[in-house]
Parts: sequence; structure tokens; C-alpha cells
Amino acid sequence: MVFRYYDGRPLRQLRDEVDQLVTGFLAPMAESYLPPGLRCQPAVDVWEQDEAVMVELEVPGIKSDQIDISVAGNELSIKVNQPDMAREGAAYHRRERPVGTFSRLLRLPTEVAADRVGAELRDGVLTITLPKSERAKVRKITVAGS
Amino acid sequence: MDQPDTMAKATAKESASAERTRSGCCYRPNVDIVREGDDLLVLADVPGAKGDAIDVKFENGALEIHAPVAPRQDDACVYLMKEYGVGDYYRSFRISEEIDAEKISADYADGVLTLRLPKAEAAKPRKIGVNVR
Repeated sequence: MVFRYYDGRPLRQLRDEVDQLVTGFLAPMAESYLPPGLRCQPAVDVWEQDEAVMVELEVPGIKSDQIDISVAGNELSIKVNQPDMAREGAAYHRRERPVGTFSRLLRLPTEVAADRVGAELRDGVLTITLPKSERAKVRKITVAGS
Repeated sequence: MDQPDTMAKATAKESASAERTRSGCCYRPNVDIVREGDDLLVLADVPGAKGDAIDVKFENGALEIHAPVAPRQDDACVYLMKEYGVGDYYRSFRISEEIDAEKISADYADGVLTLRLPKAEAAKPRKIGVNVR
């Protein structure tokens, strides 16, 4: 894992490197040994549009009131609470669907307008739209020719 | 944007069985199989699938679930993080007990497919009363 940036803050740099090491190398290893219920970070897709940053995650079986989304600065926090729906007197032959609380903290690539963040849940797919703040929007500059 | 993949989607890809006409890999949905009274419940996570496109087949004790999922973003989309793939779900099971195929029901809500497979009447245990004279 190679870091190319250095922002003059050695502790932050160190923290980020350790984060990278833990999540990038150790977590996937631990992952394969854990039963589904103990895997606590949902996978996300993130992409950028001209006007917004989009975050998508798959949350089958989750109702909208079991999702908690918050934005602070350039960090997006997603919490999903999947209650254990195990039925009384029912015997499980196979249990792969995760239960429990899952959370994810993402550092966003740009500043976003926290007051205009929107989220939509459809067929178990959660899509979060984070509109970029005015300052972060891409501006096209026309080059004047003579 | 610095946390790589941590919770993998059911990435184990299951190769399609011979009967399938479409080529390519499928994702294997996570399932719970629960016995509830005389019924067998199969819950499958198929997020992103449209309910009316899901295909469930039960034949000769083999249960097959196929849920097509269309790509949600166009090919040109450049991802900052891509931790799971999007594609069709497919999984098949062999059910060893007698199922009343006529009475199998399927519900779909919030990306979860719920199948209820009732036990065949013929296979239900019967208590035989003994007449005492």
C-alpha cells in the first residue's frame, strides 16, 4: 500500500496508514473466518457526478426507519439495524442472512451540502445522493482566444 | 474514501446449471432456510431485483431461484469505490422431503424473496387411533 500524499501532519498520516493496513489487509482476511452475522461493515459503491456524490449499498430486508444516515463535515455515517427476526419455535436449517447492527463511516472526496442530502430505498437498495457544495462544484472555464 | 472492501457481497459465484439459456456468472444470494411447523421457509436476499422478474421453479425436488438484476449505472460510470458487483442471482437447492408443489407461495418485499413450501399431505405423520373393544 503506497501513500503518495503528505499533508504535513505526521500523526494523521500514521493513523491513515494504520487504517489502510487494518481495513485493507487484515479485515478481508478476518472476513473469511467470520460468520455472516459478525461481518459488521456493509459494502458500498461510491461514484461522483458533476453535481453530486452518490453512495449505494444493498440492504435487503431493511425498512427505512431502520436506517440512520448522518453527514458531518466531509464524513458520511450510515447505520443499519437489522433486527433478529428469528421466529419462536422455528428451527433454522441454514442461516446466512446477516442480522445485527452494521455501520460504515465514509470520508467523502468533496464538501457536500449536508442540508440537501437525499436517500432512497427501493427493492433493498439504498441510494444516497450527496449534492456537492457550491464551492466544490466543477466549473468549466472558457479560454478566451484572440 | 480510504476503506477498501470489508463486507463482501455473496461473491461466491455459482456457475449456471445446464438448463439456463443465458451465459455468464451469477451471484449467489444469502439464504435462510427455516422450518416453521409443517412448512419450510426459504428467505433469499436478492436486493435490486424486480419482483415480477423473479423466476422460481420447483421440479422433482429441486428448487431453483433466478432473479435477474439489470445494471443500475451505465458502463461509463467511474466508481470511487466499488465493493460489490451487480448482476443476476441464481441458486438451487435439493429438497429432500415431500413438498406440495401446488401450494408453494412466494412473496417479495424490500429485496427479500420469501418462499413457503408446505409439506405434502401424504408425507405428514398421522397418528392412528386404536379402537379398544
